[in-house]
Amino acid sequence: MSTSTAVTPDATPVSATLESTEIRSWKATIALGVFVVVALLLFVVLGRDGATTFRLSSESDVVQLADWVLPARSTGITVTVLLALLTAVVAVLTVAGSRLSARLRRVALAVSIVAFTFLFLLAFLAWAAAGESIPVTGLLLGTVSLSAPLIFGALGGVISERVGVVNVAIEGQLLAGAFCAALVASITGNPFAGLIAAMVAGVLVSFVLAAFSIKYLVDQVIVGVVLNVLVLGLTSFLYSTVLSQDTQNLNTAPRFPRFPIPVLSDIPIVGPVLFRQTLIVYLMYIAVIAVYIGLFHTKWGLRLRAVGEHPQAADTVGIRVNPTRFWNVSLAGAVAGLGGAYFTLDSVSSFGKDMTAGAGFIALAAVIFGRWNPIRATFAALLFGFATNLQNVLGAIGSPVPSEFMLMLPYVVTVLAVAGLVGYARGPAASGKPYIKS
Amino acid sequence: MSAQTATPPATNDPSSTQQPRANAILKEIVNGNVLITVLAVFLALLIGGVLIAFSNEDVQAAAGYFFSRPQDTFVAIWNAVSGAYVALFQGSIYNFRRDDFVTAIRPLTDTLTYAAPLIVAGLGVGLAFRVGMFNIGGRGQMLIAAAAAGWVGFSFHLPWGVHLVVAVIAGIAGGALWAGIVGLLKARTGAHEVILTIMLNYVAFYLVSYMLRAPGLLQAPDQVNPKSPPMLETAIFPPLLGPAYKLHAGFILVILATIFVWWLLNRSSLGFRFRAVGENPNAARVAGMDVKNIYVYAMLVSGGLLGLAGVMQVLGTVPTGFSSGIDAGIGFDAITVALLGRSKPWGIFAAGVLFGAFKAGGYAMQASQGVPVDVVTIVQSLIVLFIAAPPLVRAIFFLPDGSRRRRRTTPIVTKEVEAK
Repeated sequence: MSTSTAVTPDATPVSATLESTEIRSWKATIALGVFVVVALLLFVVLGRDGATTFRLSSESDVVQLADWVLPARSTGITVTVLLALLTAVVAVLTVAGSRLSARLRRVALAVSIVAFTFLFLLAFLAWAAAGESIPVTGLLLGTVSLSAPLIFGALGGVISERVGVVNVAIEGQLLAGAFCAALVASITGNPFAGLIAAMVAGVLVSFVLAAFSIKYLVDQVIVGVVLNVLVLGLTSFLYSTVLSQDTQNLNTAPRFPRFPIPVLSDIPIVGPVLFRQTLIVYLMYIAVIAVYIGLFHTKWGLRLRAVGEHPQAADTVGIRVNPTRFWNVSLAGAVAGLGGAYFTLDSVSSFGKDMTAGAGFIALAAVIFGRWNPIRATFAALLFGFATNLQNVLGAIGSPVPSEFMLMLPYVVTVLAVAGLVGYARGPAASGKPYIKS
Repeated sequence: MSAQTATPPATNDPSSTQQPRANAILKEIVNGNVLITVLAVFLALLIGGVLIAFSNEDVQAAAGYFFSRPQDTFVAIWNAVSGAYVALFQGSIYNFRRDDFVTAIRPLTDTLTYAAPLIVAGLGVGLAFRVGMFNIGGRGQMLIAAAAAGWVGFSFHLPWGVHLVVAVIAGIAGGALWAGIVGLLKARTGAHEVILTIMLNYVAFYLVSYMLRAPGLLQAPDQVNPKSPPMLETAIFPPLLGPAYKLHAGFILVILATIFVWWLLNRSSLGFRFRAVGENPNAARVAGMDVKNIYVYAMLVSGGLLGLAGVMQVLGTVPTGFSSGIDAGIGFDAITVALLGRSKPWGIFAAGVLFGAFKAGGYAMQASQGVPVDVVTIVQSLIVLFIAAPPLVRAIFFLPDGSRRRRRTTPIVTKEVEAK
């Protein structure tokens, strides 16, 4: 029953031992090829006339950038050709990869894929909004704020899984955080109190997860799944019996205002997107950097990863495995709880039943998509945030395809990306396995 | 903390790992697994009772003057909790307030009706667990299956019997295909099934939502709402116990499915390979099994079972046409059912019936006593949590650590007997 830990261990040893003999994998080429076909269909066969205006700055900005107007059809055709070329480049890299150094090949591959993604998105936006204008800063601004809970959740997942405890309970931690943040902030009238309450709530959920998986050796996936259900039940129950009795005093939380950082927020594009956010989003920047540096450049991170990869070795050198796991899982809960606070202190000001609506599972997907690395997981979460916000923006403009297909697109893209570009994901070796000292 | 790490748990006992499986299961039961289950249910109901009492208005009022007349509070607590649990029982098993047996037993048949999709969905999730995969994609697989079965159900005109069979097969095939995508991608590219199933849930939801909105696909002709036309009479599961009860013939399929999964896992060669891959994919590969294909087959069977759950919903529970919420969260509940049933077919069957009872009784409890149905969710999750952690339950009830002591003493006793 070690479920999510069965991360296809069959592939990793092979690639590890055969590091010198490059393995040719056509997955990336095939995945990009699929996208080229999609591009051909959408942008050329179903191409639309009209020009798309990309608004790079709004009226309130100090530095005004000129609008960027692209004719949809010719952009689509150009981009499709470029995409085909990039796919060819990747194919050539796959065939002739052994002649290049591994590092050069990897960089070239990464650059092609990033360029591919950017071009595809550009053409897609031009195509979808033909004849209309797209507020670029608005699109990206919303992306960053909508990603905040996902990023917090993913960071919590990364910490927890790196120390060796599978965290399926992200959803529960988010929901508990959202509930407590709303309740405490409403009672005290202070959003900071709500923020702390959210962290405490996340920690409490983590305590249960840690206690059951470390002390009672229960399968961690079971505890995680059950905790999600338990938190959903508890918050819904308290919502209908307590919060809804006195909405005015118990479920009307003060929200964090948007706080533009002085000089930085005036930088064109970057400023409005990154530095006109709320406190929770600024906390998120700090959290991402802190977790990254902490995990890979401090003693704490080294010990944490040692416990998650090879607890026996860690124990041998004197690291106390189970306490390390317990406290770091609690920390993960605090981080994920902060993400929950986003729902009730930033997004809307009141708690609703099941208001996280599967965000924790998306965060879990981001953890795996980002291969247990905080930075990559953050980018994965940003992708989902972008997709969500794209729906909102295009929904307002009115898109040519049925809205359901727009809504579906990010998930299809994720499936293709996971299948084609990420491939065998290998988690921390001891994740999901309880450590029993013998 | 250090004290806790120093005590080796029961799994270190070499005798327990070397025993044959059947022997171990027998021991598990003898060692008080049933007792633990009963106590876990009791404990969960107790906590649920605390919550019910806490939220009850009479209790709150009586607690206001607790120190002057404490007995009022206790009476109010008793009334609230017993009222809620009696309503739960009456709504799920036997309503003894009715005059005749025929109507009094109706809640039990409701329970089985609710249990039907839960059991098959739980079988699907549990089967995937046994192969070492986590299928969170129940929602998507159920939706696709419901759409397929529903489409056959309302648009085809086939004779009685044939129509139902075709619709059921279409649904199972739909669910199997949707999960098969996951199996295929996992096998061929190594993509993680957790991401794939979550993503395909959303894809299926939007796909079915679109089809329900598009006239000519699944939407009812004269409707504005995204809803399908009602199923034709020939495609609906016939009532099993006559028109007075909701229980439909789909329940027979549920029993057959449970037997099938039991046979598949425990008696068939494919099931042996399933379990081998689930225990250790590396060892299975060394033993010459095609692990990748096993993943595909397992997802196909798992998806087919979840598909059958979708069929139950669309042709049994709600045959009056479906919307995109037809899965009713069963895909996720199934995970809990599978966990409670410990991924064993008959365990899942029992767990599904229990959860069906909670579902049927929960609504009755909410209607008659005003207790939010969420209490049921809490109790359900607590049961699974407590059952998963027997040491905790033992500690709470001051029970001796049964499994370890008995395991140690039994061999000594047998040795003495043998020596004589």
